[in-house]
Amino acid sequence: MGDTMLNLWAALPEMFLAVAALALLMFGVFAGKDKAFRTVSWAAVVAMLVTAFLVIMGQGGPAFFGQFVADPFAQFCKVLILTGSALGIIMSIRYAERERMARFEFPILITLATVGMMAMVSATDMLSLYLGLELQSLALYVVAAIRRDTVRATESGLKYFVLGSIASGMLLYGMSMVYGFTGTTNFAVLAGVMAEGSLSVGTLVGLAFMFAGLCFKVSAVPFHMWTPDVYEGAPTPVTAFFAVAPKIAGLALFVRVAMGPFAGVVADWQQIIVLISILSMLVGAFAALRQENIKRLMAYSSIGHVGFALVGLAAGTQDGVQAILVYLGIYLVMNIGTFAVILCMRRNERMVEDIVDLSGLAKTKPMMAAVTAILMFSMAGIPPLAGFFGKFYVFKAAVDSGLITLAVIGLVTSVVSAYYYLRIIKVMYFDEPVEDFDRNGTEMNVIMAVATIVMLAFVFFPNPLTDSAAVAAAALFGN
Amino acid sequence: MVVQALAFYLFASIAVIAATLVVTVRNPVHSVLWLILTFFNAAGLFVLLGAEFLAMLLVVVYVGAVAVLFLFVVMMLDINFTEMREGFLNYLPIGILVAVALFVELAFVGATWALTDEKVAALGKPTPDGINNIEALGNLIYTDYVYVFQASGLVLLVAMIGAIVLTLRHREGVRRQNISEQVRRTRADTLEVKKVPVGRGI
Repeated sequence: MGDTMLNLWAALPEMFLAVAALALLMFGVFAGKDKAFRTVSWAAVVAMLVTAFLVIMGQGGPAFFGQFVADPFAQFCKVLILTGSALGIIMSIRYAERERMARFEFPILITLATVGMMAMVSATDMLSLYLGLELQSLALYVVAAIRRDTVRATESGLKYFVLGSIASGMLLYGMSMVYGFTGTTNFAVLAGVMAEGSLSVGTLVGLAFMFAGLCFKVSAVPFHMWTPDVYEGAPTPVTAFFAVAPKIAGLALFVRVAMGPFAGVVADWQQIIVLISILSMLVGAFAALRQENIKRLMAYSSIGHVGFALVGLAAGTQDGVQAILVYLGIYLVMNIGTFAVILCMRRNERMVEDIVDLSGLAKTKPMMAAVTAILMFSMAGIPPLAGFFGKFYVFKAAVDSGLITLAVIGLVTSVVSAYYYLRIIKVMYFDEPVEDFDRNGTEMNVIMAVATIVMLAFVFFPNPLTDSAAVAAAALFGN
Repeated sequence: MVVQALAFYLFASIAVIAATLVVTVRNPVHSVLWLILTFFNAAGLFVLLGAEFLAMLLVVVYVGAVAVLFLFVVMMLDINFTEMREGFLNYLPIGILVAVALFVELAFVGATWALTDEKVAALGKPTPDGINNIEALGNLIYTDYVYVFQASGLVLLVAMIGAIVLTLRHREGVRRQNISEQVRRTRADTLEVKKVPVGRGI
């Protein structure tokens, strides 16, 4: 036991959200099955907003005898996660009602997954880390398969479940090795053990297995195989949610583990992260070139983005962590905006998912085409849009800590990946128009507009994001 | 001490015999009944160790819930267990191989393990001084590890919601029990009297 304080109030946001989920569950059950869907969804969104407020206002500090911490790093990530989850629910409401998957359990499962993610980023003990991760994963497996009458959704859910269980197994194996060789599961105590110097082979093996498990959860290469299938098979709003909140939580957890207990042995794991990051960027760039389905494309794109974010971790410095956090913030807005566009790809009451379906969008829906173009330019990392700065910060951190090769490979893959982002723009602006899409929902228009404004405005007002990321990163390094 | 030792050997030997019977008897229902006997004897062993709360828990949870669930499954699914056992001889060699490997490993562990005075001292006290079983467990679960305990509860809740979401469906045309509807049924709803003309049939 590291700390000897209970400090219950530090976990107030988590407790509030969990209790809200239980209350909504009861409401949903008694209000008569699926009529309650819309009410439960909006109530879940409100609960998340309140939770975000509690997170920001929170007292913080270590809690539960060193198993939990509410530091600025956790606060920053929790706000991002809650934003992602709330937007995920908002984007799913209309879709779910149209596609007959309006089951009130859906927002509740997402809320519980969010509780799990919040527990993940606050974990300072292997035990609480694992339980947070499992709470999140279990809810996500169910959400992926929620349209159980379609073969694709059940297939994606099953695939996700089986591979996810293997990853959990690897993670647990790694943890048991680390525990066996150091005698503790507490991050603070572990950090003390690591600071003493030499790393035993057993701990190193455990570390490698833990990293492998975490890589699976953030879908970094070579543990990415499930991503395109799950992204394609799951219902689109679920994919949007998958691409955002769990990714942020997973990467934050990765940073917390690497920079917490294993901060003293950066030299031992740096090469692992460098390799994973390079592979992810390469696969993200090259495998996406031939994709025709836009959801699969986004899957590979997200693999690439994880690679870029891991560049910041590979740097192993405070600047690197700050860069990851900025990257995650930008990634959140960028991806939510893009998925709002994908969710608007509806023609004659049916969803379409191919890139060619966007043909001539500039003529039929000029505003939506402009928004998509800006988001795609940002994804590709073209200045002065926000996506450029995300990449700029991580590469700068890598160069500062001497990883010049990594930064160069990152730049090259970024250029390669620009091809498929620009191709979407080309299809929209220069191809012959096909039939118009159906009318967009208001909430989608709002989300797209806000995302675009953020992408454009970041260059003028970077401070809110970069400053809070700096505070968060400093907290992780204890200064 | 003699009584304790006798009780230990009684519980232990019955547990071993019952456990062997669980896997050897032909009738699966008998198998479950032997399993219940095994649980009871294991509970007895817990009592001897001074862990009376765990003993009660074992009886309540395993005998009361798990074994009964097994019994339900065995009786409702109508699995032909003799058929499943047919390949037993084919797999015997590899089974023996695995068993030998496990035994060798156990022997290695046993050879390196020593009962030091320290361990004897620890064995003598199943719980810290002056605290009984339930208090000791309660301190761990509800104070030291309250966070992970509650988180596990949430994980189980998600598992339950997930199982219901993915499996519960209301099929059309299935007759469900609805007491009030069934009671409200009148003769007019179900009976129809037809006059059949003489000599023409229905």
